[in-house]
Amino acid sequence: MKLTQEEQDMLDGRYGKATKKSMEILTTLGEIFDAECMVDVHGVQIAGVSYDNLGEAGLDFLSEMSEDGRVRVLTTLNPAGMDRENWQALGIDREFAKNQNRAIDAFAKMGIITTCSCTPYLIGNAPHYGQHIAWAESSAVCYSNSVIGARTNREGGPSALAAALIGKTPKYGYHLDENRHAQVLFKINAPVKGTDEFGVLGKIIGDKLVKLGKKIPYITGIPSATVEELKSFCASVATYGGTALFHMEEITPEYNKYPKPSNIVFEINQDDLDKTRAELTDDDIEIDFVSIGCPHASIHEIAKIANLLRGKTVKKEFWITTARPTKKIADEVGYSKIIEDAGAKFAADTCCVVAPIKERFKGIMVDSAKACYYGRAKNKFKVKIGSIEACVEEAIK
Amino acid sequence: MKLEGRKIYKGTAEAEAIVTKDAISFYGGVDPDTGKVVEVGHELEGESITGKVLVFPTGKGSTVGSYTMYRMKKNNMAPAAIVNKQIDTIVAVGCIISEIPCVDKIDTTNIKTGQRLIVNGSEGTIEIID
Repeated sequence: MKLTQEEQDMLDGRYGKATKKSMEILTTLGEIFDAECMVDVHGVQIAGVSYDNLGEAGLDFLSEMSEDGRVRVLTTLNPAGMDRENWQALGIDREFAKNQNRAIDAFAKMGIITTCSCTPYLIGNAPHYGQHIAWAESSAVCYSNSVIGARTNREGGPSALAAALIGKTPKYGYHLDENRHAQVLFKINAPVKGTDEFGVLGKIIGDKLVKLGKKIPYITGIPSATVEELKSFCASVATYGGTALFHMEEITPEYNKYPKPSNIVFEINQDDLDKTRAELTDDDIEIDFVSIGCPHASIHEIAKIANLLRGKTVKKEFWITTARPTKKIADEVGYSKIIEDAGAKFAADTCCVVAPIKERFKGIMVDSAKACYYGRAKNKFKVKIGSIEACVEEAIK
Repeated sequence: MKLEGRKIYKGTAEAEAIVTKDAISFYGGVDPDTGKVVEVGHELEGESITGKVLVFPTGKGSTVGSYTMYRMKKNNMAPAAIVNKQIDTIVAVGCIISEIPCVDKIDTTNIKTGQRLIVNGSEGTIEIID
């Protein structure tokens, strides 16, 4: 890989220990994936923030890097293991909270904006079309590549941190035009509406791509989609298919930039949607937990929940997971009061995937196919998928 | 016998090989406090990888695995070196942050458990010395 003089100096340790370590990570990845050079990134989003995932090992590494490491570009964090203000009300123990704050303090010391969200594009860490970035959260990677048309690989925690401390990433993979071509065509022959249904569609396409050993789908037959529907779709197709980029006809910006695939074609019909929806609901589920906001709820979704909950009382534990800046808008507008008066809780900075809630509930109802996957695999819950309206209905039943 | 591969992380180590045909997930698959493989059904389940040259085809699993490797190093439980057929990003990053010599592009079926190896991560070579 060709390095500039400055990059070589960073690698040689002339800019300090953390910079040297970061350059070692980036240049090694560049060599492995045959990058010709580094490319400037305009923003970074770091995963591996929850202490539940990091553990003492990750925390040790962050502490060491924070001794002399300082970010060179705008950087935000993925969700943490708890709401940083309201953790006690959400049943998080004091020891966990202490360790979680140690991790966030290490990130803060490096100059990272410690807003913890899987939807950086909704809270000001937002690239424009064609910009190079280094993001780690898989749903956000998929959203930025596909819906915005920015360019990022799926970074891990350390490689995203390295990109933040250098302000660059090796130029390979999704940073290059030749790797952004769709490989499989999916024709959707049924109406798809709502965050839950877009999640169901994401699972169908994701599962199929894994079977085929392919990564990039081209999707036709979706006449329109909201930001919220696309964010749900991204989370699902990334979870089930490892997909970091898709093209959707007339919807995503690069849909006609590359050739439309014609040799591998699949049709998705109403019965496929019905069958997969049924797979995302366990038999004999006893629901004692409802959670909306995977990926983090937008202000639009919070408004909808407030309208549905106005004057009602929830009978089950009900979390709305969102970014703190979005929660602050909800506070200002008055949505938060309506929601909290109904007995539902905000869990800002965190989510039901990364919070330490394994086996705390029996059954979870969500509007997210991604949350179904982690509810089962990580937290050992039974799961049910439904629309936001159906989730609220369940919570007040 | 000397085998030529690709350098992933610098440094040299001489130790006994422990070889598996299975991929390894450090996160959840290896206990960083005991150095033992704990993945149920793994070919190396119950075996210690501490201080050995760990030879396996490739990594798998969560990216948190890089941090598990770092923790093993801090606990003095890490392997002495790593040899892969094809490196993945989790193990590569794990070796860099933990400073474990690492070489890939090696036909790992040429190596048997118990053989002594010299791994030269700076040159990208390994030598089987018995």
